[in-house]
Amino acid sequence: MPPVVEARNLRRTYRTTTGTLRRRSLEVEAVRGVSFSIEAGELYGLLGPNGAGKTTTIKMLITLLIPTEGTAHVLGRDVVEDARWVRERIGYVFGGDRGLYERLSAYDNLRYFAELYKVDPAQHKRRIAELLDMVGLAGREQERVEGYSRGMRQRLHIARGLLHDPQVVFLDEPTIGVDPVGARELRAMISSLSDAGKTILLTTHYMFEADALCDRIGVIANGEIVGEGTPRELKAQVADGSVVEIEVYGVPDETIARLRGIAGVRAVGVEEREQAQVLVVQTAPGVELTHSLLAQLDGARVGRVSSREPTLEDAYVALVESA
Amino acid sequence: MRRTLRLLAIGWMLHLKMMSRSAFDGFLGVLWPLFFATVAFFMFQAGAGGETLVYASFGAAVMGIWSATSTTAGSAMQRERWHGTLELLVASPTHFALVLLPVTVAMSTIGLYSLVATLVWGRVAFGIDVPLEHPLSFALALVVTVLSIGSLGFLLAVSFVRYRTAWALGNMLEYPVWLIGGFLVPLTLLPFWVRPFSWILAPTWGVDAIRQAALGGSPLPEIGLCLALGAAYVAAGALVLDRALRAARRDASLALA
Repeated sequence: MPPVVEARNLRRTYRTTTGTLRRRSLEVEAVRGVSFSIEAGELYGLLGPNGAGKTTTIKMLITLLIPTEGTAHVLGRDVVEDARWVRERIGYVFGGDRGLYERLSAYDNLRYFAELYKVDPAQHKRRIAELLDMVGLAGREQERVEGYSRGMRQRLHIARGLLHDPQVVFLDEPTIGVDPVGARELRAMISSLSDAGKTILLTTHYMFEADALCDRIGVIANGEIVGEGTPRELKAQVADGSVVEIEVYGVPDETIARLRGIAGVRAVGVEEREQAQVLVVQTAPGVELTHSLLAQLDGARVGRVSSREPTLEDAYVALVESA
Repeated sequence: MRRTLRLLAIGWMLHLKMMSRSAFDGFLGVLWPLFFATVAFFMFQAGAGGETLVYASFGAAVMGIWSATSTTAGSAMQRERWHGTLELLVASPTHFALVLLPVTVAMSTIGLYSLVATLVWGRVAFGIDVPLEHPLSFALALVVTVLSIGSLGFLLAVSFVRYRTAWALGNMLEYPVWLIGGFLVPLTLLPFWVRPFSWILAPTWGVDAIRQAALGGSPLPEIGLCLALGAAYVAAGALVLDRALRAARRDASLALA
């Protein structure tokens, strides 16, 4: 059986200009040869930092952007040549406040998109009621969207994306900016969609989200896929090493670069925690580097030092850093 | 065909609902036509007066419909961009022409208010009695004029999908169409070379049909021409739209605010 979503060597270049009087044209490569495939019923996560090329990739797959190079197929059809056919069978949901008609009620928003997605008029009421119920907005549908919270808008987005019962659903950072409780509800909703047999492409930069939801993950950095596998396989890439966490206060970038240069150091991540920074240093197996690391931090104020087993997040950091 | 008509009707209704819910736009919409009408009435009162004031009334009314459409067609597309809905509309399987046309027809429908306001203002402030010799033809002429001005707005909006700053084009066309559409000045007073431009403008025939229906002429040929031109604008716009959208997808200009 062919994959439901297949990207082959996708590239996307944006042209932009700089300067006012002497305008200069620049080319920015947002996606640089991305290839992956998603099987039927699979929940595939595209994980990467901001600006990695996740949204550009998804926009090429949903027919909104034409690839500069490469090809993409959804349900066996080319997304450029058979754009309308593909659109009828996919749903697209993105995160954030935008994408809804604020002055209309949730019901009117759904009714409009039900028309645009050619939902059988006889089924409109039933389908909209079903989806409102599913996303927990039943009883609030006649209120204008401008009064909705971020979480409610996001749930409405999901209902909108599912109106025509698409076979493939593209979710572009659906939990971004949503409070923890709301985000957990959204994740449960995504999980139930996957259980219902939908093929899903989810982009996120939240590690735990990808770990909890995805069957497979592609890590994207600087427009390229730098690692791919199940969450367990990705974790296994760094499982043989260990992680040293060092709490520091105001360490310059040059010092962090020096830490990266120590033999046996695989990756160094920096997490900001209030006034402190936590250096997350991944080390190769069988080496004890705590003393060498602290020696490089000589002169800096050091707080707590601890070591632990690597997690999926460490695998992600190592992959992104290696890009 | 039924589905298309239903989609157009629902799109028109929902966009009309959205546009009529803006208090600020509504306030401007109430005042604006009254200024057009007042200027027109004073000008014509100072001149011949009498039947020419009735002529001015209808001209000023259609000016309002055209202005409501030309100045908002561009900003409406820009608003879709700001709201993040433009990409969703383009990503839907419906031909974008069927999405865009109800938006611009809703704009020209909003302009209908200016007709009512102009005629009432003329009656109250200037004592102008507007005759309605053929009420049915008048209603038909009005509907066709609104539809064809909406279609002309659609043709303009096609360029707004592609070029973000094209809204300026709509503003730029507002006054020239007042003049060459014969809203206030009879076409016979314009130089001959201007007339072909007037003839290809549906509002020219629309305002003529409205005047004839009200004053007792035979407006059917003008109604037919107005309708045909409106249909031609839609056909031309739909043809150009596919290329404009492909270019926007190639140049990534759909999401840019």
